[in-house]
Amino acid sequence: MAEAAIELIGIDKSFGAVRANRDINLDIERGTIRGIVGENGAGKSTLMSILYGFYQADSGDIRVNGMPAVIRAPNDAIALGIGMVHQHFMLVENFTVLENVILGAETEALLKTSIARARSELERLEREYGLEVDPDAIIEELPVGLQQRVEILKALYRGAEILILDEPTGVLTPPEADHLFRILRQLKEQGKTIVLITHKLREIMAITDTVSVMRQGTIVATRETAKTTVEELAELMVGRRVLLRVDKGAANPGAVKLSLRNLTIRDSRGVTMVDDVSFDVRGGEIVGIAGVAGNGQSELIEAIAGIRPAVSGTVMLDGRPIHVTSICDPGELRDRGLAHVPEDRHHVGLVLAFEQSENCILGYHDQKQYLKGPFLDGDAIIADARTKSRLYDIRPSNPRLRTANFSGGNQQKIVLAREMEQDPGVLVVGQPTRGVDVGAIEFIHRRLIDMRDRGKAVLLISVELDEIRSLSDRILVMFGGRVVGERGPDASEGELGLLMAGVEPRDAAA
Amino acid sequence: MSNPYARLPGWADYGLIPLVNLLVAFMVAGLVVLLVGENPLRAAVILVDGAFGSGPGIAYTLYYATNFIFTGLAVAVAFHAGLFNIGGEGQAYIGGLGVGIVCLAFDHVLPWYLTFPGAIAAAAGAGALWALIPAYLQARRGSHIVITTIMFNFIAASAMVYLLVDVLKPPGSMAPQTRQFAEGAQLPKLTWMLEAFGLSLRSAPLNMAFVLALVLAAAVWVLIWRTRLGYEIRTFGFSPKAARYAGISETRITVVTMMISGALAGMMALNPVMGDQHNVSLDFVSGAGFVGIAVALMGRSHPAGIVPAAILFGVLYQGGAELAFEMPAISRDMIVIIQGLVILFAGALENMFRPAVQALLAGAGPRAAAVVAAKGGDA
Amino acid sequence: MELFGIAINVLDSTIRLSVPLLLASLAGLYSERAGVFDIGLEGKMLAGAFAGAAAGAVTGSAWAGMATAVLISVGFALVHGFASITHRGNQIVSGVAINFIAAGSTIILGQAWFQQGGRTPSLGEAARFGAITLPGADLLRGVPLLGPVYSELVSGHSLLVYIAFLAVPFTWWVLFRTRFGLRLRAVGENPAAVDTAGISVAWLRYRAVICTGVLAGLAGTYLSMAQNAGFVKDMTAGKGFIALAALIFAKWKPVPAMFACLLFGFLDALSIRLQGTPLPLIGRVPVQLMQALPYILTVILLAGFIGKAIPPRAGGVPYVKER
Repeated sequence: MAEAAIELIGIDKSFGAVRANRDINLDIERGTIRGIVGENGAGKSTLMSILYGFYQADSGDIRVNGMPAVIRAPNDAIALGIGMVHQHFMLVENFTVLENVILGAETEALLKTSIARARSELERLEREYGLEVDPDAIIEELPVGLQQRVEILKALYRGAEILILDEPTGVLTPPEADHLFRILRQLKEQGKTIVLITHKLREIMAITDTVSVMRQGTIVATRETAKTTVEELAELMVGRRVLLRVDKGAANPGAVKLSLRNLTIRDSRGVTMVDDVSFDVRGGEIVGIAGVAGNGQSELIEAIAGIRPAVSGTVMLDGRPIHVTSICDPGELRDRGLAHVPEDRHHVGLVLAFEQSENCILGYHDQKQYLKGPFLDGDAIIADARTKSRLYDIRPSNPRLRTANFSGGNQQKIVLAREMEQDPGVLVVGQPTRGVDVGAIEFIHRRLIDMRDRGKAVLLISVELDEIRSLSDRILVMFGGRVVGERGPDASEGELGLLMAGVEPRDAAA
Repeated sequence: MSNPYARLPGWADYGLIPLVNLLVAFMVAGLVVLLVGENPLRAAVILVDGAFGSGPGIAYTLYYATNFIFTGLAVAVAFHAGLFNIGGEGQAYIGGLGVGIVCLAFDHVLPWYLTFPGAIAAAAGAGALWALIPAYLQARRGSHIVITTIMFNFIAASAMVYLLVDVLKPPGSMAPQTRQFAEGAQLPKLTWMLEAFGLSLRSAPLNMAFVLALVLAAAVWVLIWRTRLGYEIRTFGFSPKAARYAGISETRITVVTMMISGALAGMMALNPVMGDQHNVSLDFVSGAGFVGIAVALMGRSHPAGIVPAAILFGVLYQGGAELAFEMPAISRDMIVIIQGLVILFAGALENMFRPAVQALLAGAGPRAAAVVAAKGGDA
Repeated sequence: MELFGIAINVLDSTIRLSVPLLLASLAGLYSERAGVFDIGLEGKMLAGAFAGAAAGAVTGSAWAGMATAVLISVGFALVHGFASITHRGNQIVSGVAINFIAAGSTIILGQAWFQQGGRTPSLGEAARFGAITLPGADLLRGVPLLGPVYSELVSGHSLLVYIAFLAVPFTWWVLFRTRFGLRLRAVGENPAAVDTAGISVAWLRYRAVICTGVLAGLAGTYLSMAQNAGFVKDMTAGKGFIALAALIFAKWKPVPAMFACLLFGFLDALSIRLQGTPLPLIGRVPVQLMQALPYILTVILLAGFIGKAIPPRAGGVPYVKER
């Protein structure tokens, strides 16, 4: 077989207490396409950042083309022929394509010759790989697919023999993705080595030669793509974790509390994030939305909670509409009985610099019980925080402690206590147990079930498939901004995994 | 996560670090004194003696401090909403216009205690209005408030020169200032306060505005930490995203906070205009708006820090005058240097000594180290 | 014909008054284009003016004065860089600090060294940048129209005036035709792109800040060693901020910056010329309105009523490598 272009030997990397990579050993053969799959947070991007010199490994060795390599900065990686296409493009948006391509790779102090050389080189690359792009176009005026092509051109222009692509199709439409794959195949035929990081199994099956699966910072398996199946990969990716089964009775759905019709949301750049989504949530049921991060779930719940405007569609709360097409007042929604546990508790759900008691009233700070005229009723607020600490077992029980000093699990309990104790009719929850310790997870799950059993409507989004499966009474799967399927709570992990990866189960056999 | 520096225990964060920064600022200032051939230690003694050595000295110190309490509070209130109001100078100047108009209208009719409330309202209103436009432009049109408030300082200066030279100057007078106010617009001096300590005030201009400044310092504390509005201001200042989540309007908070800030800056005019010179003259603000930045930075935007920081600058201004008298090589502009150094070290370079202090604390003992680890380790 | 004479006169003083603005504005351009906001132009200019005049007075050499001015101004620029690049401090706060330190120290040191109330001694001819008569200026003087324009408007300025106006195309060339310029613009827009391209963000920004120091030093030199014959306290009198306004007005581009500075210089020249004289139709325009006009125009621009001033995207934000 061909020799290895890259060998990683015993790579370890920690960020504070988090071990992002542990004892990674990986050989990538020259002239092949290697897929690296894994869930969010499995450590894929960290590993590739180490290879590109953005971070240094705590321990371990890297060999490139059989030679020991020291990669301390992107410069070193570039010199070794490693190029990277980042998930978030590293482009200067108001520069032309040419300017972006030569940035950092200019040969002389004057640009003229560099630009001329780049222009002819781009023409050559265009001929050889079909990488067409107008060299004088301004980046921000190009569609996302072409911007990505510029990133690839940047790497090739620097003589990259090894090309790392981090979630390259996340921002692409299917035709754009297909075009990208054609380009990657061509690059492979020219002898380039390609590393493709993704969580989309369909892509792995379509383009890679071999695939490595990462889970919780380690590589759990490496397979020849031709000899594996989507099902096997999905299982390896998710792992046979002990399912935290929550004891719960059958759901007893009542009247429709929350109703979405044809909701469409675009981000600030005009990219459609949520595409014509309709569904209902009834009282007494938990509806879970499964999906890989970035498929529109976040935007969906933000629009429902009134902090992100939608383009079109309607949302009804208890049969009355919410003004979703403009940013409406989240305070008004709270008054109408809609509570929201946001995904990002550090920047949205909490003010970390506040005392715990102050966070216990965030969003409800205009309620009478916390006020004496224009003044905050300090005693009432402290008493309220104490009650919540007791009910939700928030530790330490110290309402005056800065929120930043609580553990992740206790911070999340502060948010949950605040939102649930208002006794809302509808609860929208995002990532309720992200970064939360096991003990707290069970507690939080129990509380969500209680809400359901008291006849409340709960809409849950989570990237933890386990969580969705163990809590939900109905599961909607989102992919590419659309709801691509609805399943019962007994749907198998594999089936949901395929839907989340954008594969219809019946296609999988093909 | 955006803050690359780990957190320190509160006493170090609010006590030790500002102290270290201040010390370094004064040491560098000492070098300047050395450079002009004087003895920095002797300069320090003269400075402190000039500020505290006599009744009038103390009174002058507090008179200057009064200005800086107003402007320091103004900058601090805006800081709490994450806004940098660099326009205190202009807001105070325009505030003086408000004071002047009320005084000129009522000084012959009303006693001071009736003119004063009207003048307070006019000063606050004028200052608030001058801050309103930059605030609105920031909230609705995205114009950077730092730049617009700087521009408004210059516009205020030009407007006031025009008004004083062409409109408010009494006919026949040469000086570009209003006429002297009658007794109905002169604030009483705080003679009783110093006499209580057995000191005499003599001609020093310490007046009722000092009491107002202290009251406002308390009021700002209540506003920021004890009212619903203050809660909203702080939420917005710490995290605009959390504010939006909580249903707090960005526009409303930006505009209201800046108007409060402008009002506080505007009220600074009461002290020199009604309390000392009894007219509105050119340049009566003379940099107090900018000193407010240093005071707010040093006082960590908390009234309990701002009042002592303002008094410290009062000491510098009063002691500096004394110093200029005793050491001909040093003029009062020495204060401007110190002010700049304090802003540099307590503001822009506030994190410079942090790693060193952290290492020191971590090495000091297992307990301190544990505190640092526990607080810094939580991502 | 008398009107023509007045026009030449006003335009001539326009040029003289816009030169310090132009140099300072271009100074700010380098720093701000690299993503480091600089409201300390005023301070650097002032420190440069003092250092130049002081060195000029002591050595009797204009060149020594200029070198000292540049050196001191660069020193202040490096302090700003140290605070805002290395220590990721607040760039506004750092700029304010530099303005104060410069304002205070020029007076204190001036008084201590020269004992003339903060002034430096009057500079002799050798220690100043005097007027340069361009070739043919005397010859052409008699030619109608072209003569006065060439001999009075174009010729007869100090070296620094020509440097200032040549710095405009030069800056444009550096920014858009050199590797350094490309990287400088890139780091002000997206430092992460520069970092991943293997270029040091900090070193690039430091170089930009040094350019700022050099030009701000020249602006100061012009004030105390060409326009005047010595340093007077607070002689910048807000010019650093007008320069900043001009930079914003020009949307951070060199050639428009020149026009903005000429406009603001013209307003200044006009207000001096018109002092008290009523204008036809409008009547008497208060001098102060003319003086405030640059600031008012800038606010209107910032409000988005005449185009939109979009600053460099990474401006004012310290670069922290993403985790």
